Amino acid sequence: MWEIVSNILSIILMIGGIFFLAVGVVGLIRLPDVYTRLHATTKCDTMGAGMVLLALAFQADWISAIKLIIIAIFIWITNPTAAHVIAKASWVTGFMPVEGDNKAPKGGTPVE
Amino acid sequence: MEVWLSYGEVYGIIFIAVMMFFCLGRAIVGPTAPDRVAAINMIGVKAVVIIALISFVFDHMFYLDIAVVYALMSFIATIGVAKYMEKGALD
Repeated sequence: MWEIVSNILSIILMIGGIFFLAVGVVGLIRLPDVYTRLHATTKCDTMGAGMVLLALAFQADWISAIKLIIIAIFIWITNPTAAHVIAKASWVTGFMPVEGDNKAPKGGTPVE
Repeated sequence: MEVWLSYGEVYGIIFIAVMMFFCLGRAIVGPTAPDRVAAINMIGVKAVVIIALISFVFDHMFYLDIAVVYALMSFIATIGVAKYMEKGALD
């Protein structure tokens, strides 16, 4: 009984995680600005990687499951931190966010 | 159902690898430096997921240690490049 439940949970989490990773890639390619790209990639990448690693943790023995959960917690801590550091660095360097209509311009223009 | 899971692992590896090529395209095209750093960070997270999936496909569980070390090194690389962009030096 527990095997069937864990297999179904693994399949659902795997499909959801790969969907979120694909959404993050679409946002990285499609959005116009470095800040909006970070907004897309961070959330979708954290959610997708965490869901795929939890889906694998349902299929492993307990020590591998603990390792996978440690990797997931590490990604949940470090990925928003890295995105915050990149956004702060680009703001301090002088890249302004793109304003106006949704024409997908070339990116932020540096301020003199 | 285990057959579905093993197929899901293999097709997941292929799909994530194709998505990594799109991230590499953004890292090459990307008009500014922070775009490239964000794309490389995303490639690092996807590489961690691929290493974890490969450890299940080949049934070698010590690959998970490599995934831990790769996640740590990707984070350190991102922090180092971002600090270099912000301050112009790494001291």
